[in-house]
Amino acid sequence: MSATGIGAPVRRTEDFRFITGKGQYTDDINRAGQAHAYFLRSPHAHADIVKIDTSKAKAMDGVIAILTGDDLAADKIGGLICGWMIHNKDGSPMRAGGHPALAQGKVRYVGDHVAVIIAETYQQAKDAAEAVDVTYKTLPAAADIDSALKKGAPVIHDVAPDNTVFNWHLGDKAATDAAFAKAKHVTKLDLINNRLVPNPMEPRAAVGDFDAGTGVFTLYTTSQNPHVARLVLSAFIGIAPEHKLRVIAPDVGGGFGSKIFIYAEETVCVWAAKKVGRPVKWTSDRTEAFLSDAHGRDHVTHAEMALDDKGRILGLRVNTKANLGAYLSTFSSSVPTYLYAPLLSGQYNIPAIYCEVDAVYTNTAPVDAYRGAGRPEATFVIERLVEVAARERGEDPALFRRKNFVTQFPHQTPVIMAYDVGNYSASLDKAMDMADVKNFGKRKKESERHGKLRGLGYSAYIEACGIAPSQAVGSLGAGVGLWESAEVRVNPVGTVEVLTGSHSHGQGHETTFAQLVSDRLGIPLDQVSIVHGDTDKVQFGMGTYGSRSGAVGMSAIAQAIDKVIAKGKKVAAYALEASEGDIDFKDGRFSVKGTDKSLAFGEVALQAYIAHKFSGQQLEPGLKETAFYDPTNFTFPAGVHICEVEIDPDTGVTRIDRWTAVDDFGVVINPMIVEGQVHGGIAQGVGQALLEGAHYNKDGQLVTASYMDYTMPRADDLPSFAVGMTSTPCPSNPLGIKGCGEAGAIAAPPAVINAITDALGHENISMPATPQRVWQAVQQSQRKLAAE
Amino acid sequence: MYAFNYQRPKTVRQAAGLLAKAGGDGKLLAGGQTLLPTMKQRLASPAMLIDLNQVDGMGGIELKGRNLHIGAMTKHADVANSHIVKTAIPGLAALAEGIGDPAVRNRGTIGGSIANNDPAADYPAACLGLGATIVTNKRKIPADEFFTGMFDTALEDGEIITKVIFPVPQKAAYEKFPNPASRYAMVGVFVGKKGSDVRVAVTGAGANGVFRLPEFEAALKTRFNAKSLDGLSVPADGLNGDIHASPDYRAHLIGVMAKRAVNKALGK
Ligand SMILES: Cc1cc2nc3c(=O)[nH]c(=O)nc-3n(C[C@H](O)[C@H](O)[C@H](O)COP(=O)(O)OP(=O)(O)OC[C@H]3O[C@@H](n4cnc5c(N)ncnc54)[C@H](O)[C@@H]3O)c2cc1C
Repeated sequence: MSATGIGAPVRRTEDFRFITGKGQYTDDINRAGQAHAYFLRSPHAHADIVKIDTSKAKAMDGVIAILTGDDLAADKIGGLICGWMIHNKDGSPMRAGGHPALAQGKVRYVGDHVAVIIAETYQQAKDAAEAVDVTYKTLPAAADIDSALKKGAPVIHDVAPDNTVFNWHLGDKAATDAAFAKAKHVTKLDLINNRLVPNPMEPRAAVGDFDAGTGVFTLYTTSQNPHVARLVLSAFIGIAPEHKLRVIAPDVGGGFGSKIFIYAEETVCVWAAKKVGRPVKWTSDRTEAFLSDAHGRDHVTHAEMALDDKGRILGLRVNTKANLGAYLSTFSSSVPTYLYAPLLSGQYNIPAIYCEVDAVYTNTAPVDAYRGAGRPEATFVIERLVEVAARERGEDPALFRRKNFVTQFPHQTPVIMAYDVGNYSASLDKAMDMADVKNFGKRKKESERHGKLRGLGYSAYIEACGIAPSQAVGSLGAGVGLWESAEVRVNPVGTVEVLTGSHSHGQGHETTFAQLVSDRLGIPLDQVSIVHGDTDKVQFGMGTYGSRSGAVGMSAIAQAIDKVIAKGKKVAAYALEASEGDIDFKDGRFSVKGTDKSLAFGEVALQAYIAHKFSGQQLEPGLKETAFYDPTNFTFPAGVHICEVEIDPDTGVTRIDRWTAVDDFGVVINPMIVEGQVHGGIAQGVGQALLEGAHYNKDGQLVTASYMDYTMPRADDLPSFAVGMTSTPCPSNPLGIKGCGEAGAIAAPPAVINAITDALGHENISMPATPQRVWQAVQQSQRKLAAE
Repeated sequence: MYAFNYQRPKTVRQAAGLLAKAGGDGKLLAGGQTLLPTMKQRLASPAMLIDLNQVDGMGGIELKGRNLHIGAMTKHADVANSHIVKTAIPGLAALAEGIGDPAVRNRGTIGGSIANNDPAADYPAACLGLGATIVTNKRKIPADEFFTGMFDTALEDGEIITKVIFPVPQKAAYEKFPNPASRYAMVGVFVGKKGSDVRVAVTGAGANGVFRLPEFEAALKTRFNAKSLDGLSVPADGLNGDIHASPDYRAHLIGVMAKRAVNKALGK
């Protein structure tokens, strides 16, 4: 391993500009003559818009234009789309209600976009917004799943009179029923997967620009996938054809999924730029982010597991209701379906699985993918179930898991996924060792001496990453292919620019991708630059989400590098006057086998460009190659996390005392960055388990609309993590990578809740397990003890 | 934020004059930790801000006999780090150390906190629990009369807090159960013992802001020990309820925090 190659803990090269304040984020971009947008939002969860009177506001200082849904309709700008078609059990398509970027006749959640005010300054736009007179006829709201499914519930979209987007299923119902019929024991659980607000550090922002000379629109935006944004804005929303629309996602300060989607504000800014003849800028404030960024999770689930007399899992039955909010966000429909149910088999041999999902409209912000997207929800179901099943049988939860682990690979689950490789026992062994599980009893006694309750919880998670073979996702309803592209451009002096369709917004691609190039081409890291986030520079790309940038994005780069080396060999053959078959490439040098004749990579690059040693008929000059890589399978990162908590029964405060994470990410490019991803993921997972929860009241007002009420995890909520790794290289991509970006957020919630319920002695606690809830649960334990 | 005028007086007198001139539209600016966020959210729109940061004689920490004098413009961080406070009333220094985060503590002031009387603020508990006197440009107000309700005080129009005088107790401590999100007090209990007088003040829990617990005080007067509180409870009626804590849970926490505060005051 070289100091900068694959496997080296290279410090992140991009951090210099980020931590010295030199990053270029969307809000740092200002165009000459730029005007500012402010969005007037609905204060009501559900209302008809009777009238919008802008006359007074239009006359105010600095106001350039006030645009509404009528203006969008007049310009034939289409609504926002949902890009994944889900079919109902009966084969009919899901019911997608219209989603105009500015409301047309009706608002459906607090924060819904009513009008945009464009003015010389942001403050002027905001002042004018207060003078826009909107007459609403308020309607009853359905702010949660139960109220939306009640008889006589307010109808949110006419296309879905029962507020059901779809009722979908996966798996073999008959086989599952049969498994339950012969079960010796059935474990049942009701689970709530709490709703979360993504909260990236950088809020969303957009600058729309229009060049009247060329007819080209440019949108600078906080996107995780600028090409997909351009595709949707062109082909579906109708802003401009793709060659007349450039989307630039410069430095982006975190996304966690929430910046995958194509939102109203970004759409309106780029459209309005032409309309008002000025660049238009919008930057979300934190309150707007709470109200209008797509939220995550929000499932209500009943799950059952059938066991035989030896404690082997026979079957799994899951019924989930998923809240998708007031409109279908870009990938919302895929999250509680194909990103969820196919993971319900966990790390276990489960012969039969049947999962039903009802997706529900409510008068709340749209819900879509958030770090883990479906997989944390699945992991919470299966890892809570196995824990409780083991406890009900009086078995050690680790042994119970081990007994049911998949051990033969490849392994076809009954829910689509074919696990390619893994060694689940290896991660469990290592995690138990690192967590010192064998002395847990002693620690528990010690806690009891101090009047505290101690519990230990496992989570043996699996996820499907590296999304995904395009044919496979196409057959499941995806509107796009999920390959990735790369272009490796070698300059005449041998420096390299890699143009990638993956987008970095915190992941450290500029370092890890360069490590791959350095490793393969044998050139120093500082001779490589990674270019991403601009549709004018990068050929195409599907973007970054689902832990796919390593497995798919880097595989594309590797494939392009292979082509560069192959071409380099041709050039070297001419330059060294040898036959191509005799050229070797190693450690950055092309050499003629069995001789001391060789040329450095840079010298060959120069030969490729000066083209003095070969004619254009023999070989094309230049050294630049492109690759589109489509994976052969999902990747299956898996691991075991162990959480140990101590609860103060007097106050209900849960303190995480120890955290052990052992993950199998396959080949690791940069262990330091991977560890950082694991840390961040665990922090978010602990946030979900203990702290975070978006709460709407009955009227559909978001109660947790600021950090005064929405609890973000802080450093002092977390212990130091003990992070370890095992490795089974992934056979489904050329680099053996599985992906690590979401693992922590997927693994953590059940580990925490399993630890808390272990300490409590009963299963009755839901997320977030706040001090109040834990205190109430402790009282229930005490009543239970008193009764025994 | 709406547009406003801004003044920076040098004396309390000038500040009072400007405040009078502004009528109801003027606001004093201390650390700005409460006022500026409310202005940014357009929930407050004073036409005139009168910045107290350059007013003479409103800062400083001094021990005068058995009384600790803290200027109204003294920042939380200065109280937390003051050798004088740490020696005279360590429980007060610890309270200041537990307010917000370093940025808040280095801007926010004791005068601003008390004038604001947020029902979840920490200082009001100390004022009531120590029997402090709030000194203004016009008069001296005993803490028992100062805090009149949620975000409400005995301050009249044009009145400026100049300092707070804390009698030095024999024993005192503050125990705070932070709101998990905001980290303001969800329940905070300050206990102070001076001679035969014992005070127990509760913040964060009351629908009308900070209040005392006479029953707890009586029990602790008999014997200043956490055990004296065994069997005592606080009714949930009149306590705050929100998504973080029901009135019942707050009532329970008051009991737990009170005992812990007594133990802390006893150095246990
Ligand atoms: C993130 C955050 C966390 C916080 N956490 C806590 C916490 O845990 N506990 C806690 O107690 N507080 C907390 N606070 C509030 C903080 O302590 C503030 O310092 C305090 O509430 C107001 O003090 P200030 O000096 O900033 O006053 P300002 O915001 O400047 O003023 C507040 C009000 O008091 C008036 N005022 C100011 N000075 C005087 C005076 N001398 N005489 C008369 N009126 C005056 C002003 O006109 C205004 O109405 C937090 C604040 C923030 C932003």
